[in-house]
Amino acid sequence: MHIQNFKTLNGEAVDTISCENGIITNIGQKSDNDAQIFDAKGLLLAPGIIDLGVFSTDKPAFRFGGITRAALMPDQNPCHDDPATIRYAALKGKPDFWVHPLAAATKNLEGTHLAEIALMKEAGAMGVATGHDNIIASETMLRVMEYCAALNLPLFVHSEDIGLTRDSVATSGETATMLGLSNAPALSEVMSISSDMYLAEEADVHIHYRQVTTKRGLDLIRDAKSRGLKVTCGITPAHLFLSDTAMTGFRTFTRLSPPLRSEDDRLACIEAIRDGTIDVIASGHDPRAPEEKRLPFSEATPGMAGAETLLSLSLNLVRDGVISIDRLFDLLSRNPAKILGINAGDINVGLEADIILIDSDAPWQVDGNAMQGKAGNTPFDRLPVQGRVRHMMKGGKIIY
Amino acid sequence: MTNDISTNDSRFPSGASAFPHTHLLGIAGLQSWEILYILDQAEKWVKLNKSKASKRDESLAGLTIINAFFENSTRTLLSFEIAGKRLGADVVNMHAAQSSIKKGETLIDTAVTLNAMHADAIVIRHGSSGAVQLISDKVDCPVLNAGDGTNEHPTQALLDALTIMRRKGNVEGQIVTICGDILHSRVARSNIYCLKLLGAEVRVVGPPSLVPKTLEAFGVKRYTNFEQAIEGCDVIMMLRLQNERMQGDFIPSGREYNFLYGLNEQRLSLAKDDVLIMHPGPMNRGVEIESSVADDAKLSAITEQVEMGVAVRMACLDILTRKARNTEGWT
Repeated sequence: MHIQNFKTLNGEAVDTISCENGIITNIGQKSDNDAQIFDAKGLLLAPGIIDLGVFSTDKPAFRFGGITRAALMPDQNPCHDDPATIRYAALKGKPDFWVHPLAAATKNLEGTHLAEIALMKEAGAMGVATGHDNIIASETMLRVMEYCAALNLPLFVHSEDIGLTRDSVATSGETATMLGLSNAPALSEVMSISSDMYLAEEADVHIHYRQVTTKRGLDLIRDAKSRGLKVTCGITPAHLFLSDTAMTGFRTFTRLSPPLRSEDDRLACIEAIRDGTIDVIASGHDPRAPEEKRLPFSEATPGMAGAETLLSLSLNLVRDGVISIDRLFDLLSRNPAKILGINAGDINVGLEADIILIDSDAPWQVDGNAMQGKAGNTPFDRLPVQGRVRHMMKGGKIIY
Repeated sequence: MTNDISTNDSRFPSGASAFPHTHLLGIAGLQSWEILYILDQAEKWVKLNKSKASKRDESLAGLTIINAFFENSTRTLLSFEIAGKRLGADVVNMHAAQSSIKKGETLIDTAVTLNAMHADAIVIRHGSSGAVQLISDKVDCPVLNAGDGTNEHPTQALLDALTIMRRKGNVEGQIVTICGDILHSRVARSNIYCLKLLGAEVRVVGPPSLVPKTLEAFGVKRYTNFEQAIEGCDVIMMLRLQNERMQGDFIPSGREYNFLYGLNEQRLSLAKDDVLIMHPGPMNRGVEIESSVADDAKLSAITEQVEMGVAVRMACLDILTRKARNTEGWT
């Protein structure tokens, strides 16, 4: 198939992109074969988004959001801590959507006994994750890391110091005090990051901090990168565009893990996108049914539906002049592919033809009651946004 | 009939609504004149409550008030029950702490059930911050917050303001020191908002683990030294220290707390001579307050607070049901 009449991310004029057997085979002039021609009608052509860290295989939501692959967190029921569940998860989305399951680091994610990481790698796991919680015992954490290093798997960690956060539901600050919500200082993040960092350096493992949301946490990542450590980190649009004041009125859709931070921290996150400290923007897609959210704030389950809005919200960074659109797809596609070590995530000859065509200015309004996915628990309900995916190709096949 | 306050009283801006809210969920969100309006209205119920003869008014006759208490309470529940009955309403108490909640019913379902019984007002206490607001979104009648988690307890703040006003003539300009577990206190939050709105100077004091620094954003002065906080103040509001917080998690022990923050006569002498002593109850005598201070007939307003509680709650029930009763005053 030949795709023609599109705009490229870096603005270079390209006449045709051809794919064959699911692989991009030619970029440039149309070759002579008489394969089908797809007219992109001037839309922007980009690699399919690789969503690094979701909690649900929610295909309609991923389609809407232009996501062609996702790394699935092991926090499932049952927990993805054995080869069978990993194999099932890896096959679940195919052929039109690829799930890259992350293996639970410990049995049932309880943080005590090592899970069968090597067998799970064999079954298709592309990385290892500690899940929503972290591993409290440093001894266990170090062993997990040594295993991951030996198997050449990245380790995804969640950064909250449980000793400090305990049962808190918000970041300490004016809003939490006013609402009377149990809270923990944002400091909990930097403490967790730093202790994991020392262990990761010792084990020489690639550590990926799934969500870094505070200034001090990002300073630590910046410093580690300058020292040449194998460190990457990510963030979700919620922490880029909302601060803790969004919890006002006890809006349970803003109950997240980690919780929303102060405005100063939010601005530091934007800065870290600009200077390249943050490698990945992911949706953290975690659809929750009303019975888990229509509760008093502290009883509601944390998490947000984010797949549908990931691209549109991220495009704000381009519109605000923080980064270029080409750079945005480093964060949405290229870097996630590198971290997982998969043959996708870019528009290059020889890569999987996962392609999306975007109308980057198309206006629409986020509506929690009319989401494509399993649930509408978006903290961005009613927000007018811009940017819609018009066509998606997975492995060279047109999905829509 | 209009919403307007037809008075030349300078405390009320002309044309402002007396109390334009459907519910009483908290002090945050109210205007100072709305608070003053409730306090003014409460005065007439103070008179009725003091009468030796019949204490019954029939203005809410035929209305049903449900007291839905999802958390144990004695005095607030009793106060609301008496307030409703003195106004002639049929008052039903629901002790949800031992009911269907235990059977797994969600809060929303409980709210919908209460609503289907056509209550004319629902008074709610719940252990989670924001729970009362959540219920208020699902019912058609006025909802009164009788305390939600560590968020707000508005009628307590109103009765405290009424007590101060009656004893001191005004709330404006008074120096009020709130002492104790501010972190977990809905009473403290509501009182801070209320007293600041009415123009008082508010100081908070307590163990550093129980007095969050973020409180300073609300315009209060934060102390950890009791003597400094109490110096020259007009009103001391002691808070109850929960027994479960005295076992080393937040403070080492009750006796150490008493050593640092117990209100005794010696400390009391640092305050103004006519200082007013308040406590929302129930008191831990010998922990946060000495008996000699609590029982001081001249300075202690602790029993008066209870008395004002009934009057303030009558005023709130009256004001919030006026719309449904189509009664003059604000509709």
